[in-house]
Amino acid sequence: MDKSINLKIDGVDVQIEAGKTILDAARAINVQIPTLCYHEDLCVAGNCRVCVVEVTGAKTLVASCAMPASDGMDIHTNSLKVRSARKNVIELLLSEHNADCTNCYKNKKCELQDLASEYKTSGEQLFIDLVHMKNYTVDAFSPSIIKDDSKCIRCQRCVRTCEELQHVSALGVAYKGDKMKISTFFENSMYDVVCTNCGQCINRCPTGALIERNYVDEVWDAILDDKKHVVVQTAPATRVALGEDLGVETGQIVTGKMVTALKRIGFDSVLDTDFSADLTIMEEGTELLTRLKKALVDKDPTVKLPMATSCSPGWIKFIEHTFPEYLDNLSTCKSPQQMFGALAKTYYAQKRNIDPASIVSVSIMPCTAKKFEADRPEMRSSGYKDVDYVLTTRELARMIKQGGLDFGALPETRYDSIMGESTGAAVIFGATGGVMEAALRTAYEIVTGREVPFENLNITPVRGMEGVREATIKIEGTVPEWNFLEGAELKTVTAHGLTNAKLVMEKVKTGEADYHFIEIMGCPGGCIGGGGQPIPTNMEIRKKRTEAIYREDAGKPIRKSHENPEVIAIYKEFLGEPLSHKSHELLHTHYKERQRY
Amino acid sequence: MTYNKLKRIDLIFHEDCECRKVLEKTFSKSNDEIINDILESGLKGRGGAGFPTGLKWKFTAEQPSDERFVICNADEGEPGTFKDREILFRVPSKVFSGMAVCAKVIGAKKGYIYLRGEYRFLLPELRKALDAFHRDIKDLIDFEILIQMGSGAYICGEESALFESMEGKRGEPRNKPPYPTVAGFKNKPTVINNVETLVYAFMICKHGPMRFKELGTSDSRGSKVFSVSGDTPIAGIYELELGMSLDNFVEEFGDGDTKAVQVGGAAGFCVPRKKFRETIIGFEGVPTGGSMKVFNSSRSMYNVLHNYLGFFEEESCGQCTPCRVGCQQLIKGVEAVKKGEKKAVYLDQLLKLSETMKLASKCGLGQSVANSFSSIVENFREEMIY
Repeated sequence: MDKSINLKIDGVDVQIEAGKTILDAARAINVQIPTLCYHEDLCVAGNCRVCVVEVTGAKTLVASCAMPASDGMDIHTNSLKVRSARKNVIELLLSEHNADCTNCYKNKKCELQDLASEYKTSGEQLFIDLVHMKNYTVDAFSPSIIKDDSKCIRCQRCVRTCEELQHVSALGVAYKGDKMKISTFFENSMYDVVCTNCGQCINRCPTGALIERNYVDEVWDAILDDKKHVVVQTAPATRVALGEDLGVETGQIVTGKMVTALKRIGFDSVLDTDFSADLTIMEEGTELLTRLKKALVDKDPTVKLPMATSCSPGWIKFIEHTFPEYLDNLSTCKSPQQMFGALAKTYYAQKRNIDPASIVSVSIMPCTAKKFEADRPEMRSSGYKDVDYVLTTRELARMIKQGGLDFGALPETRYDSIMGESTGAAVIFGATGGVMEAALRTAYEIVTGREVPFENLNITPVRGMEGVREATIKIEGTVPEWNFLEGAELKTVTAHGLTNAKLVMEKVKTGEADYHFIEIMGCPGGCIGGGGQPIPTNMEIRKKRTEAIYREDAGKPIRKSHENPEVIAIYKEFLGEPLSHKSHELLHTHYKERQRY
Repeated sequence: MTYNKLKRIDLIFHEDCECRKVLEKTFSKSNDEIINDILESGLKGRGGAGFPTGLKWKFTAEQPSDERFVICNADEGEPGTFKDREILFRVPSKVFSGMAVCAKVIGAKKGYIYLRGEYRFLLPELRKALDAFHRDIKDLIDFEILIQMGSGAYICGEESALFESMEGKRGEPRNKPPYPTVAGFKNKPTVINNVETLVYAFMICKHGPMRFKELGTSDSRGSKVFSVSGDTPIAGIYELELGMSLDNFVEEFGDGDTKAVQVGGAAGFCVPRKKFRETIIGFEGVPTGGSMKVFNSSRSMYNVLHNYLGFFEEESCGQCTPCRVGCQQLIKGVEAVKKGEKKAVYLDQLLKLSETMKLASKCGLGQSVANSFSSIVENFREEMIY
């Protein structure tokens, strides 16, 4: 297939490799063809028909996203037939769409609105308004995702996302003809089905049909309430993506500006989830070593290996639904968000001498599943709801705009203390492979007394965008306490996106793989590609965010979790040691089996 | 004026056939010889689209693959079409034999009959006949036919939606290319033919291509089974030579008061009386999958159109915009014009919309809604308004 194809688009000669579509060819010469159902991350659907073009000699117009380019094609993207069809298709979509734009959360961020603004000239609706004839419903039961059928244009991007990228298939197509809609198993609420709340569907929804449940007003109310002490934590991946929603180029690190913005908005204390990510490494790394010891030395048959990471709430809900027999293989560690939440209303409250009842704990996350996680009944170990409100990166961008801040011009400031100090190991939690790398940096040093044998501590075998990455780390030169691990090969696997998670778990299930440690992130690319991150998303954007994450790591003075001074301090002053009784009380949790449909 | 009496043909239902004997004779020929016979006969697909059957078989046979399939499309869902039901009921072994010939030519080990959900009542007899057929040809060819039931969706008669349905997925048409000859059922090269096409292919094997080629016109060779219904005293199933004029047809089947004939079902064209003489039934004129619905002057063409649009509104799979929303707009639109909520010129807007549906829909369903819509609205405009 290395043959190249010659064709003509709007009179311009194009050469393109065989197998590419007309749309690819047009983009190669900067001819813009509008699309809606097309998304680079997904298989081609060809169902919206906005991208139709005229191929000389063909009986009908063809969907440029689905039609392979072939030799000698003479294509017109703006002929009379194309313009008339495109206009009619847009008008048809609008006639079925609840175009209540000013009340819509996606106002000015809607691909259908963009098309309408380009193509509508008459000032009136061409066709009969069908919206009022339909019994559209809004599903607002989920704490993470709101699904409003009246905004849906049936492009099925969400369906393809849920099936292809996540292998969850919580969303599917129901009914046919005029009743066709995107729905769930037995039309249950998103809250009651296998939905993992990952929010990848939101990232790919062209309209406001799928959005996150937003808590912007609640958080403002708390900030503006004098009696409340509002603490905020920011997840690793937010600092490399927030700028995209605020006019900053993709792939820029905006940590310092974000901190300034949060302070200006009025949060009483701006702290870092990275702190609790370092703490997670201490707990989870120790847990892994303990499990290995129990399995290898004590020959304890009840010890479950491989151990899997538990930072990604989308992954947690996925395994609870899909592989409940492996719940004991999950690390019992809470996610960094929830560790932080539990400590904010205990350790932080004590140290700052604040009544925990008056603390409102807010987190800024690249994630919609975190909203569900914060609502889990297990997440109240401080005696209060550990994390009160979870905002996505997108919601924070909105608050910054509401706050009247010129983000690009903000100076950079540092996080507050305590619980604001972090390391490079914590930052990389934001990218797939990051937890693995951070854990290895610490665990290897505990066991051997030496740094991991990789240049500049960069454990490159676990990095990258490959869906499933296996790596084996040989342990040599152990300290006496861990010499039972001398010469052992630690087998690891890193996967991102739930489709890949499923592949890994099936390998574990069949016994095909004998891993010791599994890192899984629910979203493509890890948290940098999370369901709460700025829209749009594609491989290129995810790569730029990932590069930024590793730049942030490389620029940190401390790169290993166990060297975080605040982490050292909290063990000394409050927790004792990793896996202590107090740790278990506050930082660890359990999981529950959920139904499979 | 004189009318030519229509020529009745008796190829399909004639119970003359010892299928095994014909198959033995056919299998003694090379695959190329068989394909050449089918090509020579000029047989085109009887489902309505009219693709040359011999070419379809040839392309599929030539496509490199470890597995190929032959599928009999018995999802006869076009309103006013009921000839496949009769064929499957009366001469099922001819259908099976046509599939077996195709299987030999393309190298398929498995064939499927995708049977319309509403034809479940045919199943017991069909199974019996199939068992007998399998016993009969066991030593001739390694080929097995299975019956797959449809579930009542019109769209599943569209070949790629049919594959999706057979694969256990939602019946939605696929993007083409790739065509079924390259990637059909389970993404393997697949011949999918209408019930009637397979029987004709078999009859061509029996009688040779000339017997078939003698009939019809240069564009529309052979005969065809018609389902005649509506305002006719002699509704039923008739095998007639292709290429007749609608004038002759109406003379024979009309009730003397024929106002229009809907040729090809809801997806076909409505021909008004004034165009009967110039209209040829065949691929050079108005093609049909078999449905011929006769309307007399007591019929409101608005009601006829409304009925068709209601059918399409419900039977669109709903995936592509022009078809899903277009069908809703057409029916709501003609209602609004009829009620006076929209001006009569809105019909022109709707005609443009139907043109978009024809040009921009993903599959044949959406593309063909414009056929009945524009032919009825253009020819009976006053009935739409008043």
